[in-house]
Amino acid sequence: MAFAGLTADARVVINRARVECQSHKLTVEDPVTVEYITRFIATLKQKYTQSNGRRPFGISALIVGFDDDGIPRLYQTDPSGTYHAWKANAIGRSAKTVREFLEKNYTEDAISNDNEAIKLAIKALLEVVQSGGKNIELAIIRRDQPLKMFSAKEIELQVTEIEKEKEEVEKKKSKKPN
Amino acid sequence: MALQDVCKWQALDTQGPSPHLPEAGGWAVPRGCDPQAFLRIHGPRLAHGTTTLAFRFRHGVIAAADTRSSCGSYVACPASRKVIPVHQHLLGTTSGTSADCVTWYRVLQRELRLRELREGQLPSVAGTAKLLSAMLSRYRGLDLCVATALCGWDHSGPALFYVYSDGTCLRGDIFSVGSGSPYAYGVLDRSYRYDMTVQEAYALARCAVTHATHRDAYSGGSVDLFHVRETGWEYVSRSDAFVLYMELQKTPGLEQEQELEAEASQVHPESATPQDAEEGGELFVEPEEMTTGDSRIIIAKTKMM
Repeated sequence: MAFAGLTADARVVINRARVECQSHKLTVEDPVTVEYITRFIATLKQKYTQSNGRRPFGISALIVGFDDDGIPRLYQTDPSGTYHAWKANAIGRSAKTVREFLEKNYTEDAISNDNEAIKLAIKALLEVVQSGGKNIELAIIRRDQPLKMFSAKEIELQVTEIEKEKEEVEKKKSKKPN
Repeated sequence: MALQDVCKWQALDTQGPSPHLPEAGGWAVPRGCDPQAFLRIHGPRLAHGTTTLAFRFRHGVIAAADTRSSCGSYVACPASRKVIPVHQHLLGTTSGTSADCVTWYRVLQRELRLRELREGQLPSVAGTAKLLSAMLSRYRGLDLCVATALCGWDHSGPALFYVYSDGTCLRGDIFSVGSGSPYAYGVLDRSYRYDMTVQEAYALARCAVTHATHRDAYSGGSVDLFHVRETGWEYVSRSDAFVLYMELQKTPGLEQEQELEAEASQVHPESATPQDAEEGGELFVEPEEMTTGDSRIIIAKTKMM
């Protein structure tokens, strides 16, 4: 789960979600589906918008994972408690810019293999992040494998590759008129 | 949250089991009376006479049961249904107290329907067994007697669970429950294989229940046979137990079957062909149509494989 908003609120939500995942496995003998846990988080958020003495959770969340059928899924929730399934999305202050970038560049080619997909994600963030790779966190989740967080070095490698590619593309453009 | 705590108000938990279930321990009995003692002294002799069995194999799960409901030495109903559908892909064989079984299965059916609507997918057999055993274990010590085998086909393939009213929940390949179960186990353990054909499985289930009804006084009537496939459960047949037993008596015993095996390699290809075609096409084997020849081939084939 990736979130944008108040970190402390996110901690509470994540804790409740973790407990619910285990509780579900205990009572139903099956791991949760991504849709189920998203629905749970969304219902939790909605309860807090309709109770006295409470304020809504100040976070939007992107929940990713695989179901038993091996299909990757992405859901987005917001503080009101609605949730939707997405192919690609962004949340946060500059979500609009990143979302526009993704709308233009999320193509079948761009997600054809792991490397290209990682580059797409980093490029999307580089649009709005000032100081480059140092302020980017990246994680990848593959089928039947635990979540893998990228180290700062790996991200730097990707960023330098992207910058090289940009330079090459610009060189080609500047050569063309000649 | 603060206001809620002060007012001591608890929001309704819509995800949990329905609030309409009776409170554990809340039975209406005369004041100063312990329900267990009351039942022991004044209640009807709740006998658990029955034979039910279920086993899983490559092509699904077979559930079979006799149809005699006994109350002590009195046969209350000679044609009762002991295999109860729980969902389109789930069946339960019931034994113990009929009233308890039927009531708790109705509750289970309702909970499963709700679960399916909420989750958008069919509940798994493991989850159902867990749910039933959790519901029953709340009433532990209150003389509930429900011993069932839940049979179903879910995303993990054919699945079979045994649930008892003290909360036991076991997964397995073969279960037989009831006073006639030792006799049924004898027959099942002899001939069970995971790779049986559908007809072999039907024959085995009928044979096991029939033998149990022959020896157990509390089992009898007819033999119900159900089959859970990937597409759901289906009712195969109800055959009179006595008629079935007479048919089985006509088939050769063990030693004679071994002789048959020896000859079968020479005789089998010719004589079996017309009967093979007849047997393979049928899913419903009515007892009146079953000839001695068919039974012999069925039993012989089971032995030979």
